[in-house]
Formats: sequence, structure tokens, C-alpha cells
Amino acid sequence: MNIVVAMKQIPDLQQVRIKNRKPILDDVPLTFGNIDRNALEAAVLIKEQVGGSVTVVAAGKEGLEDTVKEALAAGADQAYLIICNEQEDIESSISAKLLAEAIKQLGSVDLVLFGEGSGDNYSSQVGSRVAELLDLPQVGYVERIELTAGELVVTRSLEDGKEVVQVALPAVLTVVTDLNQPRIPSVTQILKAGRKPKKVMSDQELLGAVPTPKVKTLSNLAPEIKRKQIQVGTAVELVEKLQAEGFLGRA
Amino acid sequence: MSNILVYTEKTELALELIEAARILCRAGLGDEIKWLSINNRAQAEESAQRGIDSWVVKAEGITIADTAALASIIAQASRVLECDTIVLSSDRRGKELAGRLAAKLDAGCLTDVKALESAGQDIGLVRNALGGATVAVQTITSPQKVIAFAPGAFPCTEEVPEKSGAVNELEITGVKASVKVIENRPKDAGTVDIAKARILVIVGQGIEDKEDLPLVQELAGKLGAEIGCSKPVATDKKWLPEERVVGLSGKTCQPELAVILGVSGQVQFTVGIRDAKLVVSVNKDENAYMNQMADYVLVSDLKEVLPELLQALG
Ligand SMILES: Cc1cc2nc3c(=O)[nH]c(=O)nc-3n(C[C@H](O)[C@H](O)[C@H](O)COP(=O)(O)OP(=O)(O)OC[C@H]3O[C@@H](n4cnc5c(N)ncnc54)[C@H](O)[C@@H]3O)c2cc1C
Repeated sequence: MNIVVAMKQIPDLQQVRIKNRKPILDDVPLTFGNIDRNALEAAVLIKEQVGGSVTVVAAGKEGLEDTVKEALAAGADQAYLIICNEQEDIESSISAKLLAEAIKQLGSVDLVLFGEGSGDNYSSQVGSRVAELLDLPQVGYVERIELTAGELVVTRSLEDGKEVVQVALPAVLTVVTDLNQPRIPSVTQILKAGRKPKKVMSDQELLGAVPTPKVKTLSNLAPEIKRKQIQVGTAVELVEKLQAEGFLGRA
Repeated sequence: MSNILVYTEKTELALELIEAARILCRAGLGDEIKWLSINNRAQAEESAQRGIDSWVVKAEGITIADTAALASIIAQASRVLECDTIVLSSDRRGKELAGRLAAKLDAGCLTDVKALESAGQDIGLVRNALGGATVAVQTITSPQKVIAFAPGAFPCTEEVPEKSGAVNELEITGVKASVKVIENRPKDAGTVDIAKARILVIVGQGIEDKEDLPLVQELAGKLGAEIGCSKPVATDKKWLPEERVVGLSGKTCQPELAVILGVSGQVQFTVGIRDAKLVVSVNKDENAYMNQMADYVLVSDLKEVLPELLQALG
């Protein structure tokens, strides 16, 4: 089974600081989204079960070769990296085209896995877009994967319940964090990761002309929130405050 | 001339989308709102009562789980009905559909749009970015647009007795099923929607023992509150069901009061509660980020605070 895992390079959100309502992204290390790690773990588990290969495909900025090491250490066999010069976040329609083209070039692929949303933008478009561009069936928000001959039976987690769906391979799935617990690579795995094969391309090399973005960002600021931030000393005092705010009318 | 096509399989969300679509029309994105209903005649009747014309597609063998097939149907319908802008709901099914449809139509797409604001000539689509740390105002610059609106972002449109919309049939051909639904396991009807709660008590990982949950329940009872939680409490510890998660991957809530117990306040959580009127944070760490986002802060160990609070509330 040849499995592709698409992973998005994002800033480490824990380290993003806000200054004058603007996010400061300089010097924030780049990493992969958490849910993408669940997708990778799912791929590695399937490979361990039935054999095959796991390829990470990622579009990102300079430094992507470093970022991908963690994925190679966590069980991917190889990586296909697309480096974009854009300073801004790569717009979804463009990342989808880049990823779809890279996946086409890999040749025979049985399964393409995505996280249900990226850690930063969380717009959940790219997996679906890639499925369309590759003309493959898709199932989103998967929390359980069962493999049968040439087919998958997956359970998806929706707001109002679960849905068990059968889909033929090749297919695209997006997964939720409940699916598994991503492994933490050992030191030897991390050391070996540097030697795993990587193919690196620029966006232009891959697509010829890179399409123009279809979305424009007019502003991106932290919301202004004013809170009283009054410290109270005891539970009794807290209850008095709530009473004063009119919440304990019945008491 | 261009129109706006509205689709979601959930009628109550479609009623919200109509309100959003009206704003888009006023901003010049469309002349008319057209409601698409797939395999659901009853939904079309609802639309008629709101004065909106609808088109019902009968798609045999296609279920709402089939994103690829639905996207084909909607794309074809949008061409026949001359709609450049397609409005969907940003629930899970809707988001999944949005990307596929956008790729099919070569459209720009934004999901989880929670508000609209005028931005000069354009209409700004407002959504959270950077994991919720920021709020971005964006526009779609391509002629074809797919916009998915967050559930609850707009009010339901009212019935209009004086004008009834027409219910039309629309034939779409050549769409094949791509997945098969084997089983549906709906959640219990009794589950609460914390997004609508007036008062919330929220359990974070600072509640260290499961045995303390009954105390939290008692507290919620005394406050007339529903119980919500941070994500790890549901997904890692599995103490509470996932539909009670507050935050980016859970629900966005606007309660009048949120009593937050032992939550560190990472942005993926706070994005779900920052519209609360009054926020209380109880945390043993004075420097917990949650405390900066709170009106009243009690720095203390919850093991001790919970019984004290219950006693103080009488
Ligand atoms: C893409 C993405 C989406 C996410 N979506 C969500 C989401 O929707 N909702 C969500 O909640 N999280 C979400 N997260 C996870 C989020 O980043 C945090 O990990 C999570 O909110 C932390 O939960 P917590 O505050 O309960 O736990 P912790 O971060 O472990 O904090 C526990 C807090 O309790 C305090 N504490 C500990 N013991 C006591 C005690 N005895 N008495 C008093 N205080 C105590 C500690 O000081 C600490 O502040 C998401 C993450 C990602 C990457």
C-alpha cells in the first residue's frame, strides 16, 4: 500500500506573540500541525500492518527540509517537498494544486491522508480540493480506519453522530486527533531521518506558472478584549462578586 | 447577472445562510438568492415560506455522506442557475464540501466565516486565523466564490406570510455514488448545545481527579449552568463527551458567565470563550494565561476551592 501524507508547515503557535495586536512571526520556529501528525501515524500503522511505503508531501517555505525531519523520524520513508518563495501563508487553492501535482508525480498511490484542518488556518479545504483535483473519492473527519481487500471501512465523527462509510481505494481521507496517539521518535530514528530520501522542488519547477491567489487578506489582528482581571482571595469573595454581578439572584 | 446559491442539508442552518446571503446580495455579490435542496422536498417548502425560490434535485442513490457526488450536483446546479457565489454551512459536512466544490469550480473559498463587514468596495469575510490568535478580514478575489458560514453566526430568517417562494425541480444527470454508508449512529437527542448556554462551568485539566466531577456538577446545578470542558478533558481523558469541548475544534460560546476551572488558556481554547460577557478563572498558577482573559481570578488549588465554593453558594 503506497500512502501519501500531506503535512502543512506552520509556525509553532505556542511561540507566537502578539504586539500592538499584530502577531509576531519572526523567529518563530516552523513545525507541522498536530492533526497532521495523527495522519502520519495512521499511515505508518497501516504500513506496519500491510507493508508498502509512506511518503510525506509538504509545501512550505525555506527550512522545510528541516521541518520534515520530524516526520521522517516518526516513520515516513521519504519526502516530497515543495518550496515556495511566498512570505505569506500559501493560499489554499495554490497549496492544493501543488500537493495534487506532486502526488500525481509519485505514480501509483493508494491512499492520501490529511489532518482535518491545519493548525494555523484550520480552514479544512486542502484535503477536499486535492481529492477533487485527483478525481478521487473522499471521506472526512475519520476517527477509525479498517482495511479490507481494496477497500476501507471508516468511521467519521460528525457533530450529530458517527457515520460508518465504505470507500474504494484509492481514496483521500482527512482524520481527527482521536484516531490515534502519534509516536515520539527515538534518538536513533531522529539520527536516521536525515538519511532518508527527499525530493525538493520549487513551486515553479512543479507547476510552471504558479497561479495567483484567490483570497486577499485585508487585515489580521488579535481581537481587543478588555477584562477586569480582578484577583479575589477566597471562594467566598468570588461568590460575593458573582452575586454583585447579578448571577445568583436565586441565592 | 449573477445569483447566490444556498445549500446545506440541515434546514435550520439553511435559514441562517439566507440571512448571510441577503447581506452578500446587498453588498453586490448577487441579485437573487436561490436555495438548492438535494433529495429533500420538505426543505424546499421551508424555503418557500421565507419567500425564497428553491430547486429540488432528485439524486437517486446519492447520500449526504458523498462529498464528491454532492459537489458535482451543486457545481452543475450553480451553472444552470447562474450562481457565481455558493453559500454553505461550516459544519463538518459543509466544510468538507466547500473545498471540493471550490476546486471543481476553480473558486476561491473561505470557511468558518463568522461575520461580514464592509471593506471599502468589497465585503470583508471575518474568520479566525493563526489557531484563533487573530481575527482576519479577507476577501475572495476570484469570480467564483464558495463561502461557508459558521453555524450560529447569523440569525434564522423569518417566515414571510405575504410572499411565497416557488418550488422548482432541477434535473441533474451523470452523478455517480463514490461512497457507501454502512451505518449511522446518531447522538442521543438529549445532548445539550453548550454554544447556547447562558451560564457555563468549564472543566480543564486542572480538575485532576475524576472523583471531583460530581462536585463540578453540583456547582453547575447551583449556578444553573451547563458543563463544558477543554479539549484534553474530552479527547484524552474521555471524562466528558466531545460535544462539550469549548474552542477552535469544539464550540464557540457566548455565555453571560463562564466559570473556568483549571484551564491554562491556550488560544485554541480561549477563541471559544472570548465572547463571554463575564469570565471567572480559577487556577493554581498565578501566571496562567487564562487569568489575563478573566474578569475575576481566584488563584488557588481546585481541590480546596470546589468544596469551598459549594459551601459559599449554600
Ligand atoms: C489545531 C488545534 C485545535 C485545538 N482545539 C482545541 C479546542 O477546541 N479546545 C481546547 O480546549 N483545546 C484545543 N486545543 C488544545 C489546546 O492547545 C490546549 O492543549 C488545551 O486547551 C489545554 O487544556 P487545559 O487548559 O485543560 O490543560 P492544561 O494546559 O494542562 O492546563 C491545566 C491548567 O490547570 C491548572 N491546574 C492544574 N492543577 C490545578 C489544581 N489542582 N487547581 C487549580 N488549577 C490547576 C494549571 O495551572 C493549568 O493552567 C487544540 C490544539 C490544536 C493544535
